[in-house]
Amino acid sequence: MTTFIAHTGLLTGRSLRTLSRQPAYLLFTLVQPMVWLLLFGQLFTRIAELPGFSTDSYVEYLTPGLIAMTAMMTAGWSGTSFIEDMERGVMDQTLTSPVSRGAVITGSLAYQGITTVIQSLIMFGVGLLLGARYAGGVLGVGIVLLCAVLLAVTFAALSDAVALLVRQQEALIGISQFLALPLSFLSSVMMAPALMPDWVADVATFNPLDWAAVASREALTASPDWGVIFSRVGSLLALAVVMGWLATRAFRAYQRSI
Amino acid sequence: MPISHGVSPGQASPDATMGSDLAIEAVELTKTYGKGDKAVRALSGVSFSVRSGVIFGLLGPNGAGKSTTVKILTTLSTPDSGHATVAGIDIRRHPDQVRRVIGYVSQKPAFDPIATGRENLVLRGRIYGMSAREARRRADELLERFRLTEAATRLTSTWSGGMQRKLDVAMGLIHRPRVLFLDEPTTGLDPEARAEMWAEISALTRTERLTVLLTTHYLEEADRLASHLVIVDRGKVVASGSPDELKRHIGGDSVQVELADEDWNGHAQRTLQAVPGVTAVTADGSRLRARVTNGAAALPGVLTALEAAGIEPVSVSVARPSLDDVYLHHAGRAFREADQAGAGRTGVAA
Repeated sequence: MTTFIAHTGLLTGRSLRTLSRQPAYLLFTLVQPMVWLLLFGQLFTRIAELPGFSTDSYVEYLTPGLIAMTAMMTAGWSGTSFIEDMERGVMDQTLTSPVSRGAVITGSLAYQGITTVIQSLIMFGVGLLLGARYAGGVLGVGIVLLCAVLLAVTFAALSDAVALLVRQQEALIGISQFLALPLSFLSSVMMAPALMPDWVADVATFNPLDWAAVASREALTASPDWGVIFSRVGSLLALAVVMGWLATRAFRAYQRSI
Repeated sequence: MPISHGVSPGQASPDATMGSDLAIEAVELTKTYGKGDKAVRALSGVSFSVRSGVIFGLLGPNGAGKSTTVKILTTLSTPDSGHATVAGIDIRRHPDQVRRVIGYVSQKPAFDPIATGRENLVLRGRIYGMSAREARRRADELLERFRLTEAATRLTSTWSGGMQRKLDVAMGLIHRPRVLFLDEPTTGLDPEARAEMWAEISALTRTERLTVLLTTHYLEEADRLASHLVIVDRGKVVASGSPDELKRHIGGDSVQVELADEDWNGHAQRTLQAVPGVTAVTADGSRLRARVTNGAAALPGVLTALEAAGIEPVSVSVARPSLDDVYLHHAGRAFREADQAGAGRTGVAA
């Protein structure tokens, strides 16, 4: 177990070192959420006046959901570094070393979790600058971060698994794009649940992005309904564990192919 | 004790059962990729054994099954049937233990380009359970040994191809493995870097006390480095022994005739075949090769016959048998031809 943790730490450290030398990559992943927050958020400012929105400020409503959405979208790219490692000899070298397959996955997921926290804090900051106020305080922010991390882990694991199965950059990016947009629109990220068409609201209850968005918004209110938060966070946690396990299993498919 | 004498394709050496002195033993390994119509048979029963402390060559054209063999022995892939031990450990039953005692330098680069040379080495050392200090010490030792110390703190993306390849080999050695697998270590290197790499590899068994399994499709490389080798062709071992044994085994010399024009070679081939003492003639482009028992004795006859037939060669030379002749003898086709044919196939069985 200690070896497992040590290996996870070493692999996470390797990725963080790479990121620290190419910090522009992190900024690049923030371009899209900034467009949503600054342009979309401004364009639809008055939407929050509709009955059904819990707050008068649309940016305040939008920020926690966008944090979750960004975590999901960025995590979808996670597998691309697996594919790079496979195209080079890095993956093969790792697999012939004492590093377990599980540690390769957890190393990737831990790295994704850390970058998600950095991204989310930047977005919180931008939200504050735009006038959003979070009544939930530090605890609320902590829960939003937790939701974002769990969602990132889920989608990073999915992306890693797909990478091991398809072993092709274009296919992986295609699949993750194919998922990201529908999941975003079939959720309460941009529109209050009360104002959605019924069928969208029904579908959204099965959407992990929606779980994260609902729990995050709830946690930032002045008096959160903890039942809502716990049930969503619990589902996210369960899903993240299942996905991590599936990603580890996907190594078998990769090893059969080589 | 010398093992794998002579030619015993598809059979385990009888010495193989004698145990402890063997670094690698592979018995009847088979592997097929894909299913149904798309199935590619990469290995059809590969057996060989490698004594501890030697450089052992796995020679064969592209697509012969060399890399597949190495992937199985390094636990990256599993055989469909057959079994193998590395450093006495069964690769199927205890892959985890095998991974601790082997170093694997794959055909593809494994260093991290966005890290320095020293960072690359230290990280690998830590992965094998070394403390930070121990890993740094060993990294410096290897940087020194491969003459990379000066570049050690620069990002490896700025290094030359030869330096990067040496780093890959150094990374494979960080944990002092007992068996090092080098898959095509000099492919893509310029002649100078290749010569340097050869010097490094031949020093390995002396200074690191390890066994090296080297795959190559360069005949010269196998001849220079390997004390024992097997020739693999189409997923089977077609010959094994030391380079000298293999050459001695086929016997005789060859007379090589270079023609000015390829169009002549049918005519020239018939002419040479008629010369007394010539046992076989093969053509490769404008070059003809006649196998003879004694080159010096056969030469005047060859020259006279060519002249009588009105053929003016560019050059005529006598050569001792090369590994190329050995390959031709066992595989029934010229090595270069097989190599090109193999390179054209899909990479899966490479």
